[in-house]
Amino acid sequence: MQTIEQTNTQRYYVPAPSWWPLVGSVALLLLASGFVILLQNNPSGSYVMIAGALILITMLFGWFGTVIRESVGGLFNDQVDLSYRWGMGWFIFSEVMFFGALFGALFYARVITVPELGDTKLLWPNYEGTWPTAGPGVKETFAAMPAWGIPAINTLILLTSGATVTWAHWGLKNDNRTQLKIGLILTILLGAIFITLQIHEYSSATFTFQTGIYGATFYILTGFHGAHVTLGAIMLAVILGRVYAGHFTPERHFAFEAVSWYWHFVDVVWLLLFVFVYWLI
Amino acid sequence: MATTTMHDAHHDAHPTGVMRWLTSTNHKDIGTLYLWFSFLMFLFAGGLAMLIRAELFQPGLQFFQPNLFNQFTTMHGLIMIFGAIMPAFVGFANWQVPLMIGAPDMAFPRLNNWSFWLLPAAAILLLVSFLVPGGAVAGGWTMYPPLFIQGGMAYDMTIFAVHLMGLSSIMGSINIITTILNMRTPGMTMMRMPIFVWTWLITAFLLISAMPVLASAVTMLLTDRHFGTYFFNAAGGGDPVMFQHIFWFFGHPEVYIMILPAFGILSSIIPTFSRKPLFGYDSMVYATAAIAVLSFTVWAHHMFTVGMPTASQLFFMYATMLIAIPTGVKVFNWTATMWRGSISFETPMLFAIAVVCLFTIGGFSGLVLAIVPVDIQLQDTYYVVAHFHYVLFSGAAMSIMAGVYYWLPKWTGHMYDETLGKWHFWLTTIAFNVTFFPMHFLGLAGMPRRIPDYALQFAEFNMLQSISSFVLGASQLLFLYIVIKCIRGGVPAGDRPWEGADSLEWTLSSPPPYHSFETAPAFK
Repeated sequence: MQTIEQTNTQRYYVPAPSWWPLVGSVALLLLASGFVILLQNNPSGSYVMIAGALILITMLFGWFGTVIRESVGGLFNDQVDLSYRWGMGWFIFSEVMFFGALFGALFYARVITVPELGDTKLLWPNYEGTWPTAGPGVKETFAAMPAWGIPAINTLILLTSGATVTWAHWGLKNDNRTQLKIGLILTILLGAIFITLQIHEYSSATFTFQTGIYGATFYILTGFHGAHVTLGAIMLAVILGRVYAGHFTPERHFAFEAVSWYWHFVDVVWLLLFVFVYWLI
Repeated sequence: MATTTMHDAHHDAHPTGVMRWLTSTNHKDIGTLYLWFSFLMFLFAGGLAMLIRAELFQPGLQFFQPNLFNQFTTMHGLIMIFGAIMPAFVGFANWQVPLMIGAPDMAFPRLNNWSFWLLPAAAILLLVSFLVPGGAVAGGWTMYPPLFIQGGMAYDMTIFAVHLMGLSSIMGSINIITTILNMRTPGMTMMRMPIFVWTWLITAFLLISAMPVLASAVTMLLTDRHFGTYFFNAAGGGDPVMFQHIFWFFGHPEVYIMILPAFGILSSIIPTFSRKPLFGYDSMVYATAAIAVLSFTVWAHHMFTVGMPTASQLFFMYATMLIAIPTGVKVFNWTATMWRGSISFETPMLFAIAVVCLFTIGGFSGLVLAIVPVDIQLQDTYYVVAHFHYVLFSGAAMSIMAGVYYWLPKWTGHMYDETLGKWHFWLTTIAFNVTFFPMHFLGLAGMPRRIPDYALQFAEFNMLQSISSFVLGASQLLFLYIVIKCIRGGVPAGDRPWEGADSLEWTLSSPPPYHSFETAPAFK
């Protein structure tokens, strides 16, 4: 065992041929075509989507399982470890750009479109053009989501969860497994509370996705953020499971760090949401 | 790096037959898949172009109803960009980057395979969309609302195809960046990498920046179409012009995504056949980076006619003109590389020289279009069509052909047929110019693009262009024949068929071994 590990870590690990990528493509094709069918008001699309989702979940278990086995088996040397770091970093950058475009839509609507619609008196002479708005042609009265209720509490919760995940990281680095486990469990719990409160906020809202540009930007930004928090919490749970399985050493634990990077990224997005979606209205 | 003698068993598993392609983790096999996929898409979208030219052979409606014609122009654009040009360059990156930096493979070989296999999934969605009720998307490849919001089922299929292609591009780019940053052979510092590797590093950065923005944009189209949102509808306080801003914030970097790797290929070929080192390596790197940075500040020059403040128009006009400076640096450097070189004119070099000349024409017509008052006249005329075909066909596509001829001996181990290659070059270059150069005149005279019919005074040029475009299309079948012939056999190429070539791939056998560099090679 010792010798195999040495031999392998001297060179960059190139994995054997794998079916998982192709399985993943089939899954995404099924999900996409199922959704297309569903969108034409044909309910049979949902079966195609379920098939795609099941295949995708199988793929994720299979693929990540393989990577974890390779990692635990000592096949990854320092160079491979650095590759994963670069990869995760650039993946998060792509997410930054995705949210950046959605924020861009919010700013464009608030700074340019809505004031312009207010100034142009040809079509809608009585339209004020002030934020928040459902637009000149949507006759709906609604109250914007106030910042200093649930959103402020949620801000505290996410900031605290950023601290607990870092505390867990310190535990891992000092080989204090109890601190690591408690920190992770706390982080997951805080994430779950955040999501619960977010669902409560949605259910008490006086506006929907269809309430003009305010509703559209509100739900697409908070919705994609909430989906990312959910994904992050699932990833943290996987990490917790791996901690209980005895994975990770104080020196080698990139999977933990990757998930904590992701968690901090989601945290930062929330701060921007809090300021520009909830607070500065 | 210590040498290793012991391999664990699955390292040397070389699946054969269809398994080799479906499950590959080998950068060369995946590169081959990318290149063949892009060639198939090139032929399909080229076929659409032939149908377009057949309809435009004469004034009046000959063969197709306007709606079908619109589908052809839209899908020609979408498939050429996302199916032909981009995957071809990723194919080059897959083959060449590990070979040029002395790596055993890409950083994430399985992810690499997924990046490829998402493309056929996207292609299925796009191609099948021709057959669904209402036909394929017909509002232009730019997918502008409100037309795009009003279309049928094919529009949803296109949205998801764009999502899949975006996912593929982002994962592929993460792989390429990581490979370049982390897997260079010891001694190869950033400023000693081959320029092709530099251009792909910067292209991958552009892709990771731009593709998520496109994903956001089409997601908002989807919710506007089906979930009652008002992102692009003024009644709800949204704005269709906002889509154009977001789209072109993706779209302009996309333009450079399709040309920077071409610059990298030219910068490999021209020094080899001039038998001189590349002139001004450092300035080439800085110029590439400058083009990438500027590409994020010029998007609204695609939108001068939709209405924006004069100050914005001036900003975007001047920012656009600035790009001519780093691009001019590149053209100057290529010319200076050839200056007093010992030049020979094999097919790759012929293509490379033609690209330098013709791409420069496309660059100049871009400068013309950057001038706001001129652009207001020329918007949506054939002048624009001429411009972007000079950039995308005689810039990007002919660079791809140059690169294929240049590296085919390395990839296959055989020399291609030089005589047929020269035939392909001359037919392509002449037919291309006869097809597209008169479009400048038609555009200046006011012929609108994307319309199946036209006024009588444009008839002669259009007939000439149609005939020439059929020659252009047919000569690509010659290209296909040359490539297949080269794969099946020919004069053995040896390790280094081009005496002036000096990057690392030429130190390997032709074709290279399964794991390109088992141990890191010495780099002088």
